Amino acid sequence: MADFEVPELKEHIEIPELQEGAMAHSQPFVSKEQWQQPLGYPGELVENWEQAALDKMGDLLGKYRSFQVFLDACVKCGACTDKCHYFLGTADPKNMPVARQDLLRKVYRRYFTFAGKYFPKLVGAVDLNKEVLDEWYSYFHQCSQCRRCSVFCPYGIDTAEISMAAREILDSVGVGQKYCNEIIHKAQTLGNNLGLPQPALKDTLLDLEEEVEEDIGVPVRYPLDEKGADVLLITPSADFFAEPHIDGLIGYGKVFHQLGISWTMSSFASEAANFGMFIGSYENMQRLALRIRKAALELGVKRIVFGECGHAWRVAYSFLNTLAGPFDFLDPNYPVPQHICEVTWDAIQKGQLKLDPSANDHLNVTFHDSCNVARGSRMGNEPGGQFKIPRAILKSVVNNYHDMPRETICESTFCCGGGGGLLTDDLMELRVKGALPRMEALKHVHDNYGVDHLVAICAICKSQFTKVMPYYGFEMDSILSLHQLVGDALVFDQHE
Amino acid sequence: MSILTVIMTVMFYSASAILLVGLGRKIYTYAKTPAPLKIPTTPAPVTQGGVVLRMASEVVLFNSLFKSNKWIWIFGWMFHMALFVVLARHLRYFTDPVWWWVEIIQPFGRYGAFAMLIGLLGLWARRIFVERIRYISAPSDHLMLALLLGITLTGIGMSFVSHTDIVAVKAFFMGLMRLDFQPFPADPILIAHITMVSLLMMVFPISKLLHAPGVFFSPTRNQVDNPREKRHLSPWAAELPNEPTKSS
Ligand code: SF4
Ligand code: SF4
Repeated sequence: MADFEVPELKEHIEIPELQEGAMAHSQPFVSKEQWQQPLGYPGELVENWEQAALDKMGDLLGKYRSFQVFLDACVKCGACTDKCHYFLGTADPKNMPVARQDLLRKVYRRYFTFAGKYFPKLVGAVDLNKEVLDEWYSYFHQCSQCRRCSVFCPYGIDTAEISMAAREILDSVGVGQKYCNEIIHKAQTLGNNLGLPQPALKDTLLDLEEEVEEDIGVPVRYPLDEKGADVLLITPSADFFAEPHIDGLIGYGKVFHQLGISWTMSSFASEAANFGMFIGSYENMQRLALRIRKAALELGVKRIVFGECGHAWRVAYSFLNTLAGPFDFLDPNYPVPQHICEVTWDAIQKGQLKLDPSANDHLNVTFHDSCNVARGSRMGNEPGGQFKIPRAILKSVVNNYHDMPRETICESTFCCGGGGGLLTDDLMELRVKGALPRMEALKHVHDNYGVDHLVAICAICKSQFTKVMPYYGFEMDSILSLHQLVGDALVFDQHE
Repeated sequence: MSILTVIMTVMFYSASAILLVGLGRKIYTYAKTPAPLKIPTTPAPVTQGGVVLRMASEVVLFNSLFKSNKWIWIFGWMFHMALFVVLARHLRYFTDPVWWWVEIIQPFGRYGAFAMLIGLLGLWARRIFVERIRYISAPSDHLMLALLLGITLTGIGMSFVSHTDIVAVKAFFMGLMRLDFQPFPADPILIAHITMVSLLMMVFPISKLLHAPGVFFSPTRNQVDNPREKRHLSPWAAELPNEPTKSS
């Protein structure tokens, strides 16, 4: 099935022996001028790229405290070395978080620190040359920016921050990644990552309404661009047609319907995912975030709710207010933005949703904490709500639930292997190998409790698992949207 | 003044100056560099008080390291806590009369040196024998351990093996503080000890020892998790064009 060796699933996650260069060949397709230029980057490697890269590094050092502190503070204690799923799956030492940081740190030391300027050999500082640049391109596209390393580092060093900075430097000298930059361009011009124009979106949603009504006999609506609705739903564009995402969208609609909430989606801001974060670009991230503000203003909504999407929720929860706020024109009784899980859980607690978990009795499920929800955001008012709320919802809609091993969930969750702008076919080997720790944890609950389905609340996770699960002997449809199960368990009031 | 006294005086003064100025500059840089986005590693505290507790558990208990790796934690924690007591014990060479609590911790400080020793040896063994840690180590990482080990061993030597003239040592350092210069005792172990300590002070602001101030400035650990309630706009970000499409 693959032109690389698929790792074998073990009983427990094992720390591999180092295999230098095991993934040195891995690189995503390079972006072209047509996607670089609109984002504000040169179309190809600029002439004086060494100086340009160093200038950019200096610029970022002055703009981001995280970058400056993280480059200085690492003591090479090694605590993070066995924490990255890409290292565990590939054995390439440069996929150890600290080694990944060092690819950039050795250049930082050479040009920006006393020790590196005068004693480069002693502190492992090196000159910036083409090989180093190529290594950056390869290994900073082997980091899904999942933040698992930052949980375990005594100084909270977050390799995701380093990867974002590295990609921003690469972009600024003209070496961008095609997958991310093409998508950002689409989202900035057409409103979503898939490039779906308004009429196509409209048709899809009308079809969906018909389908759902046929299925359950309830006229659930999936409105687009309806002025005066209370809620603007921002959801990842995969929700509009891909499996199992669309079942999640069907579920949100059912919840809104049952709660009697008037809602709409927007064609102008028809994308929750914000790929600007992946390339470390504040400006591009902000441009995308501002589309949401504009849509909310034009549609005159009172609340903004986000659908199931991991990195999207991080950007929404942690950055939206900063990037596109203040949102003082919205109803102050609700947080801005809200997660669909917060809406659903709130309603369940108030007894506004009648749920019959036996509708899902044919399933035995576990929950995959998406990395950026787990370690870069929150739900509800309490720290850790991002773990409790989705599980609480899930347990109210299924009867068979088992958690995966403790060290692979909640704040220690393993990334699906496709996050952070790596969900592209040109990185298939990396994606399959990076999924290893999650697959091992799944196998554990499969073997011990008969778990047959994985539930997630992230578009990337859903697409990634659909693609990589077959490599490990799981069915491609053993990944489900949380709100599909909610929708299936929902008992509608029969008063119409 | 003997040549030795002159050398030690100049060396200790310069080391102190380099440490203070170097560290001051770094801390100033950290403090003035904006953190434009809220990036606490969640779950994170939702109040400032909670952040103080989180930081305290990191600095005092090495909480994240504990979660991560018990071996590194035990050696690292032992070394740092012992170092702290040993340093406090040394205050008696810089205070007159000696503060009461410094008197009390003297025996702990004396034996604490052995905890430092064990911690350092444990960390070094891991750096040499664990393949992953060996891979990420530069020569400077080994040298740093060698330096700390040298300081610890010479300190233990003076405390337990060949006692040095601590009355004269104290007179020398009190003299440095009062600009009333006193002779430096010509004890080779003491000379080695003070020389290595001075070297450590000098490399502090240009090495990974910056983790000490750095941890307090780490945004993933020191930020409050309240981005929905509070807008967090940095000055450079506030100046960006506020338009969803690129302004040409
Ligand atoms: S855990 Fe932190 S300090 Fe230790 S090696 Fe990794 S990044 Fe460096
Ligand atoms: S952020 Fe995630 S993918 Fe990147 S180095 Fe850390 S653990 Fe690995």
